[in-house]
Amino acid sequence: MKKIFVFCVLLFLFGSSVWASSNVPLTAQDHPDDDGSAIDLSWKYEGELPFSIWIERSKDGKDFELISKIAPAKTYITDGKNIKPGNQYYYRLKFVDAQSNIMASTDIVKAKSEAQWFNSRRTPLLVMVIILSAAILYFILSARKGKHLFIRKIAGLDTIEEAVGRATELGKPLLFVPGIMDLDNIQTLAGLNILSHLAKKVAKYDSTLYVPVSKSMVLSTAKEIVKEAYLKVGRPDAFDSDSVFYLTDDQFGYVAGVDGIIVREKPAATFYLGAFYAESLILAETGFESGAIQIAGTAMPSQIPFFVAACDYTLIGEELFAASAYLSDQPNQLGCLKGQDVGKALILITIFVGIILDIFGVNIITNFLQMK
Amino acid sequence: MALTMERLGVWIGAALTFAIYSFLYKDNPVYKIAEQIFVGISAGYWFIYTIFNILKPNLYTPLTSDFGNNTLLVLPAILGIFMLCRLVPKINWVSRYAISVVVGTTAGLALIRTLQSDVITQMSETIMNPFSGPNAAVILGKWILIIGTTTGIIYFFFSKKHTGAFGATAKLGIVFLMISFGAAFGYTVMARISLLIGRLQYLLGEWLGIIQP
Repeated sequence: MKKIFVFCVLLFLFGSSVWASSNVPLTAQDHPDDDGSAIDLSWKYEGELPFSIWIERSKDGKDFELISKIAPAKTYITDGKNIKPGNQYYYRLKFVDAQSNIMASTDIVKAKSEAQWFNSRRTPLLVMVIILSAAILYFILSARKGKHLFIRKIAGLDTIEEAVGRATELGKPLLFVPGIMDLDNIQTLAGLNILSHLAKKVAKYDSTLYVPVSKSMVLSTAKEIVKEAYLKVGRPDAFDSDSVFYLTDDQFGYVAGVDGIIVREKPAATFYLGAFYAESLILAETGFESGAIQIAGTAMPSQIPFFVAACDYTLIGEELFAASAYLSDQPNQLGCLKGQDVGKALILITIFVGIILDIFGVNIITNFLQMK
Repeated sequence: MALTMERLGVWIGAALTFAIYSFLYKDNPVYKIAEQIFVGISAGYWFIYTIFNILKPNLYTPLTSDFGNNTLLVLPAILGIFMLCRLVPKINWVSRYAISVVVGTTAGLALIRTLQSDVITQMSETIMNPFSGPNAAVILGKWILIIGTTTGIIYFFFSKKHTGAFGATAKLGIVFLMISFGAAFGYTVMARISLLIGRLQYLLGEWLGIIQP
């Protein structure tokens, strides 16, 4: 009887220890909306707070390796360490104390990582792209059919003609700075679009234009643009290939070079159109000191204040992108701008409707935008 | 020897700093020398940097060490060669293909990035109940955010003249923009002063040894 009692006690202790070590429920599932490179783990641990949680992983369910030690309060983790899409992985968790003694553990669970074709979290983005694209296409087609698309005046752009005329009268050159970023920056592209318009005016008035650049790709593109502008106004012979030149990739080296050009060549007008950083004020201030008409445009929020302070006209943010459409008067660009305006109107409507719904406790629009 | 060269470097650095600062007085031959050195050395530096830190690790090494797994890199390599065709007048038109790829890819990527980070985030942060909040300051902040965002968007509307009520709203939008620019101006000026402090620390510390660098 005594032996049976001792056996029962031992059996109970062993059983309870086994139960304690595997009583934590663990779930593992493929991380949604990804390329199959992550698996989500979540668990519900209700015992005494451990010192750490060890996460172990195996490819065959037998040989486990410790992949991470995480904070004890966590209840979920996304494992993205060397997960290959289409593979099955086994997991188990160990809850350990400060001496690395196992307080509890989970059963072994498995999950297969899979890549998804569609990221459902980006549905709002898809909706927006479809609406924007449809609006832009509609207005481009309308413009091509001859429909007049009104674009309001953008202050500063009409000054381009005046600046070129002034430069011609004074016999001074014009300076165009396309910023310090490469062609992979949309602001540089917008600046180069305006350069095309400016170069045509320069070619027409037989003035001189300097375009110092800081990136090789911008050099090639700017050269092509200026050359084409001269070609379009029927003066290809007047194009000077040295008027578009490379200085250096270095930000402040470039500034030093451009500053030198401003103080020595004394341009009648300077154009700073593109992406700018800390060099904006140095350039604009030097141009201001030289007495040039200054027209600037950038979408860098931190640099616009400096241009506003030191330049005669500043294209703020989207005005820089709109400027090329305004100047070109081409159906494609005008249609683009109109389509974007439709997008802005829809954004405003969405915001107002969203606010009204929010006041009544309905968060449907916010939840959709954040894809909760 | 190394120490002498290091000291020489510090002296050259200090001399070039003064040479550049001399521009504050007016353009002069000393500034011109410093400017040319700066432009020339930095152009050379970036040329070498591009070869050893961009071209070699991202293209040359993967292609030569494991061509099979990096076959796709042949495409940018070809586009790079296209760019070099600019040096040959007869076939310099080929470089336009490389430029087209860069411009097209840039525009596509920028559209998605801007919509996600600027438009959708700004919209979801603006949609809120402007009457609820723990105190009056929070409620006021919400109203400022909503009015600032909506009037700002109206300012960037190009399909309608800024006249009448629409013009007044757009004007309010530009007021909000100018206030934010003012704040950004002050913030950035502080950052510029830290650049000046850095230069002064170099002169007074590493060069003159008056302060501990």
